[in-house]
Amino acid sequence: MSAQASILLALIIPIIGGIGIAMTRRSPNLRECCTLITSLALAYTVFCLLPHIKNGSEATINLIEILPGLSLYFNVEPLGMLFACIASGLWIVNSLYSIGYMRGNKEENQTRFYVYFTIAISSSMGIAFAGNMFTLFIFYEILTLSTYPLVAHKETGEAKSGARVYLGLLIGTSLGFQLIAIMWTWFAAGTLDFTSGGILAGKVDPGLLPFLLALYMFGIGKAALMPFHRWLPSAMVAPTPVSALLHAVAVVKAGVFTVLKVIIYIFGIDLLADTGASTWLIWVASFSLLAASLVAITKDNLKARLAYSTISQLSYITLGAALASTLGILGGGLHIATHALGKITLFMCAGAIYVATHKTEISQMRGLGRQMPFTFIAFAIGSLSIIGLPPFAGTWSKWYLALAAADTEMWIIIGVYMISSLLNVGYLLSIVATGFFRSANEPSRQQTLPIAEAPFFCVLPLCLTAIGCIILFFLAEEVVRLLRPIVS
Amino acid sequence: MIDLLHHLPVLQVAIPLIAAPLCVLLTFGGHRRLAWIFTLIVSWVAFIIAVLLLRQVLLGSEISYAIGNWPPPFGIEYRVDAINAFVLLIVSGISAIALPFARAVVDQEVEQDRHILFYTSYLLCLAGLLGVTITGDAFNIFVFLEISSLSSYVLIATGVRQDRRALTAAYNYLILGTIGATFFVIGIGLLYMVTGTLNIADLSERLRPLGDNRVVHAGYAFIVIGMALKLALFPMHVWLPNAYTYAPSLVSVFLAATSTKVSVYVLLRFLFTVFGPAYGFVGLTFELIFLPLAILAIFAGSIAAIYQKNVKKLFAYSSVAQLGYMILGLAFANTTGLMATVLHIFNHALMKGALFMALGCVMYRVGSVSLTSLRGLGRRMPWTFAAMVLAGLSLIGVPGTVGFVSKWYLIMGALENSWWPVAGMIVVSSLLAVIYIWKIIEVGYLETASDTPAVVNDPPLEMLIPLWVLVFLNVYFGIDTDLTTWVAKNVADTFLGVGK
Repeated sequence: MSAQASILLALIIPIIGGIGIAMTRRSPNLRECCTLITSLALAYTVFCLLPHIKNGSEATINLIEILPGLSLYFNVEPLGMLFACIASGLWIVNSLYSIGYMRGNKEENQTRFYVYFTIAISSSMGIAFAGNMFTLFIFYEILTLSTYPLVAHKETGEAKSGARVYLGLLIGTSLGFQLIAIMWTWFAAGTLDFTSGGILAGKVDPGLLPFLLALYMFGIGKAALMPFHRWLPSAMVAPTPVSALLHAVAVVKAGVFTVLKVIIYIFGIDLLADTGASTWLIWVASFSLLAASLVAITKDNLKARLAYSTISQLSYITLGAALASTLGILGGGLHIATHALGKITLFMCAGAIYVATHKTEISQMRGLGRQMPFTFIAFAIGSLSIIGLPPFAGTWSKWYLALAAADTEMWIIIGVYMISSLLNVGYLLSIVATGFFRSANEPSRQQTLPIAEAPFFCVLPLCLTAIGCIILFFLAEEVVRLLRPIVS
Repeated sequence: MIDLLHHLPVLQVAIPLIAAPLCVLLTFGGHRRLAWIFTLIVSWVAFIIAVLLLRQVLLGSEISYAIGNWPPPFGIEYRVDAINAFVLLIVSGISAIALPFARAVVDQEVEQDRHILFYTSYLLCLAGLLGVTITGDAFNIFVFLEISSLSSYVLIATGVRQDRRALTAAYNYLILGTIGATFFVIGIGLLYMVTGTLNIADLSERLRPLGDNRVVHAGYAFIVIGMALKLALFPMHVWLPNAYTYAPSLVSVFLAATSTKVSVYVLLRFLFTVFGPAYGFVGLTFELIFLPLAILAIFAGSIAAIYQKNVKKLFAYSSVAQLGYMILGLAFANTTGLMATVLHIFNHALMKGALFMALGCVMYRVGSVSLTSLRGLGRRMPWTFAAMVLAGLSLIGVPGTVGFVSKWYLIMGALENSWWPVAGMIVVSSLLAVIYIWKIIEVGYLETASDTPAVVNDPPLEMLIPLWVLVFLNVYFGIDTDLTTWVAKNVADTFLGVGK
């Protein structure tokens, strides 16, 4: 398959799948087959592109020019390749999980759920492969719009108000800040193409660069940089598969992915390093990182705690990018992958617990680990990976990020990373401890309870991703090798 | 045949104008359906003529046609250049798309014994709007303006069957529209006083040596205020929301998409062809009058739209805001800004045409367009509602739709003048549009109807197809912008005298 064909297919396959899902709505089994086949086909297509990128060959396609110089243009580079692989690969797992969760919970409007999911995935592919900021922006907005019905899925008052916050913040920041930044960039540089080394050097007054950067960073609301992070906790009213794939992987990673793209290809890390335009971002991201961790500790609702943990972890990546060093970019890119695997595991565990026991608060989960051993072991693995302990994948990304801090002699940032890791231990492992070591209050429950896991389709995927966390520990070097061309 | 092509400019106006009385004569006492078919055919003929005219203009140069062979500046001249060929296309095109849609809604909303007169007024209105656009004679503009206005008062008043408030709306429009037309004609009179000519091309030449003449100043002021009233520039917009709200659906579609655009065109014609920004006093009004009023219009219109309970009224207020964008573009007085204005004349016709048409479908099936009656319609009228959502996204200015193209040029125009705060305000105002569009989407998709009147579903295909044609055009011209930007660039260059 030629590279061009793969790019187009990656965008189209989910949409075709969506149509298929809508057509087979009368037969749930057929519909779920359709979802699975689509996700497999998509992953195959995306992985077909991988050899092209590894060889360093170009994969670009220019679809249409809307205004002079503004075109729908796709250009696959290693970072986008990585993002596409993660999103499409985890979609397979998440599709399995969706089946278990949605059926186990007897949710309504399942067809609508699956259809919008396909649109969201298609737009994630568009973001991953976008060759200029304009194309990226279009798919960024489609992603926001297509996930709105997923967040509001339950149609309760709570779901609707959550979805309204979600949409308001994401659309508001993107139109209010990001679009202005894009137009400013266009106006100054005359192009929006992602170019190695950036396009802004010498085009914008260095004194104004921090402002332009701020418009981008706060405009990319999906990266959940404080104070524009509220949409992420609000989005937790969505069914858990949405939280798992979209709000731990596709949507939030699209955000930090855009942050990395902007910093690498629009500004150029050399420009940022020379002018120090991103210094302010280091502190804002550090604050966001620590503050979100501290908030996470106070949350008793499991999904809310995970949401704040996500905000904190996203700031790791933004911080890595703000350091404007090679190692920071590599670490950030790697963290997209490792955190995705870890966090999707945690969310799927939270969903499995909900399906099996309808418990949402951590304080209710005492002793649950003995009832649901697989789920809780997977949860422990995911937690350890996010904390960054060997032999789990998260180790390496944190390692690179810390090295970047050392490289740029920002010693205090190493401290920030370490404190945050300790906080991670506090808010994640305590859940595992609650599950395994604190017995339920009622005396009758102190006897050994039978194992009562969630349905098979719920448990299998989370075991797979937990295993993935371990495998990625050994494959991290591969990912770094894939990413290295973007900074050299 | 060659001869006929030569007479296209006059046929453009004469055919609908003659068709109007014929419509009464031909169909009086006959079947009322005949009136509709007749109007439909005339509309399409007008559209074909407009296409041919635009083609001629794009291929060659301006067309000048002397009525009755009296050469200008003595006789009335019809003059077609890129801008008015473009506006002719918009007016006749919207009419051609709207009329297939008309049969069902007019049957339902207008009393049966008035159908013939309704279609007659419609033809007159069409003739008037086309005449205003095509003529090269200032007084002739006034005449056609009155023809179109008088017939539109009648058209709005026929909404009385749905809601008696249509009468007061039409009456208000009548009073304010007449004041506007009077101001306009006084302005023309003043210019005639000092120049002795009514031909636009001639006027512009004879005004030049007069320079700072007090009478010219006064004439300019009268014309600008007269047109501002006609095009509903804030704060002279008060007639518009009610007029659009209580008019029958077809009239809302047609007037919202065309009539104010024609007034914007006339304003452009006077600002740039007759006077030109080179005049000190004209240049001053750009920054001191048009810019602040346009910004006020955008914000006042958008904020008022957010609080409306009646969706038709919501879109009417949004029209006030959108007209603000058009005026804002010309206030920049640079090529990019003017391009934005011209593009938005076209683009806004497509968006509002589609939106009011979708509301026409809702009216047809549900019988009301209040926000509460839209509950759950996303499920029950999926095609109608999807069209409304797409047109709404275009109104917001989402990339891939026409709305984005005009907003992009507008913001670039602001940046070219280094008016950063204005660029920021344009973006913020788009967010207000997000709020009012989203209100509708939420009601349509997330709320379920409490009181189900009957089985409600999509309207018949004869209504859906025109609606979706407009929606398709919203997307098509958002992606393939060659034609529209080419025309806009051509117009802007001519107006600003670039390359002369």
